[in-house]
Amino acid sequence: MSPILANPRFLALYLGGWLPLGGLLAAAFVQQAGISWGEALLVALPLALIHASLSLATWYLCRALPLRREHAVRLAVAHVGAAAASSALWLLLGRIWASVLAPAFADSVSRIEMRNPLLFFAGVLVFLFAAAVHYILLAFEASRRAERTGLELQVLARDAELRALRAQLDPHFLFNSLNSINALVSVDPKKARQMCVLLSDLLRTSLQVGAQATIPLEQELALVREYLGVEALRFGERLRPEFRIEPGLEALAVPSLLLQPLVENSITHGIANLVNGGFVRLEVRRNGAALILAVENSIDPETPRRAGSGTGIENVRKRLRLSYGGRATLSTSENAECFRTEITLPLELDPATLTPGVES
Amino acid sequence: MSETRTRLRALLVDDEELARTVLRELLATHADIEVAGECANGFEAVKAVSELQPDLVFLDIQMPKLNGFEVLELLDRDVAVVFVTAYDQYALRAFEVHAVDYLLKPFGEERLAAALIEARRRLQAQERLPVAALAAAARPQGPLERILIRDGARVHILSVEHIDYVEAQDDYVLFHSGGKKYMKHETLANLETQLDAKRFVRIHRSYLLHIERLSRVEPYAKDSRVAILQDGTKLPVSRAGYTRLSTLL
Repeated sequence: MSPILANPRFLALYLGGWLPLGGLLAAAFVQQAGISWGEALLVALPLALIHASLSLATWYLCRALPLRREHAVRLAVAHVGAAAASSALWLLLGRIWASVLAPAFADSVSRIEMRNPLLFFAGVLVFLFAAAVHYILLAFEASRRAERTGLELQVLARDAELRALRAQLDPHFLFNSLNSINALVSVDPKKARQMCVLLSDLLRTSLQVGAQATIPLEQELALVREYLGVEALRFGERLRPEFRIEPGLEALAVPSLLLQPLVENSITHGIANLVNGGFVRLEVRRNGAALILAVENSIDPETPRRAGSGTGIENVRKRLRLSYGGRATLSTSENAECFRTEITLPLELDPATLTPGVES
Repeated sequence: MSETRTRLRALLVDDEELARTVLRELLATHADIEVAGECANGFEAVKAVSELQPDLVFLDIQMPKLNGFEVLELLDRDVAVVFVTAYDQYALRAFEVHAVDYLLKPFGEERLAAALIEARRRLQAQERLPVAALAAAARPQGPLERILIRDGARVHILSVEHIDYVEAQDDYVLFHSGGKKYMKHETLANLETQLDAKRFVRIHRSYLLHIERLSRVEPYAKDSRVAILQDGTKLPVSRAGYTRLSTLL
């Protein structure tokens, strides 16, 4: 429905705007047919009202035909055609109204010439003007929607940041990592030191990138490597990370902390359940105009699916929907030994285009 | 003999090698503790408790396949248990009931020494240390998702989805699953309370049926019926059993 009809204040303003037009029309009738102002207004005001109602229909046309430079000819033809048809219909309704009034006014009203080409063109112009107003309203609404999406996106990005931090501060992860360091202090002091640095790097990077809506792919991958580095120490040979990263994509902007929850899932729902461990494979490649990010991991076919693995994935999916609309997808698949999560993003180099309406 | 303190034989169970390393290192300073063995998973632990007969088990809770509590459920002898965990809300509850102690990773020498004093005290007082009660206390709420069955040194993990029906046999229950049978020391009444009541129904004093396996119920004699399963197996249905079955169908 047109936003004018949805809001009573808009409707009052809109109809008020047609009053002067009705007056102009009446003046034209006085001039042309030599009738009194009262008679002219009696014909002209309802006629203006009919025009106002018909003009509302251009909303649907405007919505169906968004303003695009490449469609200029199509747009012009459609709108002029529609305006001509509407104007013709309007004048036809005007004639009917005049003939209804005629008997009461001793035929003076019937002297109004509804087939006047000037009147027809005036009608067309006003219809086109109405279309322009509708385009402005549409743009206004789109920007408001973008603002809302942007805000929602900010909330989700903040949420991802919190989740990532919580994952690192997850008692199991943190205390087990500290326990590993504790063991290494006497067995392998050099490695203990490395581990301290790695854990600090991971916490620091999460804090840094969490504040940004998008980060270069390179940075997201660094975060994942740090996370897997800490976990590899804990799980030893049971965790076998594999990276299949196509070179040249490092600078692409991706939503921050997008892969982190997926890699975390691959450990807690995959590797941790496997006596002999398995692989966590990160795949990044370009496929035409799309960027493919995939996380694959071994699973234990006998361990029942635990609740809780769905929320991380659902959150990533929601962020993708808000950031890219329908242009990004997340899908999961599994067989007896392997679970795979795949994200497809449109290939975009400019980080600004990723997050409509979000300014940082 | 009463003058010298008896050496305690300890078993270390943790899936993380570094976690076992730090425990082994800290225990080395206690001359009266002998590390009898180390296990990296629950299956090994179940076997090692039977074979090595330790006095004391340091048991991690989060492990693949069988977690610490499930290991306890499968043990065939009582043993003193010290839980070792990074974080687990169940450990606290279990400890309050029957565990000797629990250690939160990372822990230091003093904390370990205190746990050993408590273990020694309990073992010397010949206190009963029933692992079955400990396992039951630690079991998470909600219906069972899988059944653990010990068959000598082997452990079967049977997902409840794969159970066709369960048959009572004196102090044991017999799980029927796709033509195979598994026996477990348990009563049918006790098992019934642990399984999902929407999926498992007691159709007879001696039979618990997985409702998804039922094909139809036919009259058999006056006041008695027979349940016919999808694979053609026929099981008796008592009058009370039929009432329970009807409310679910």
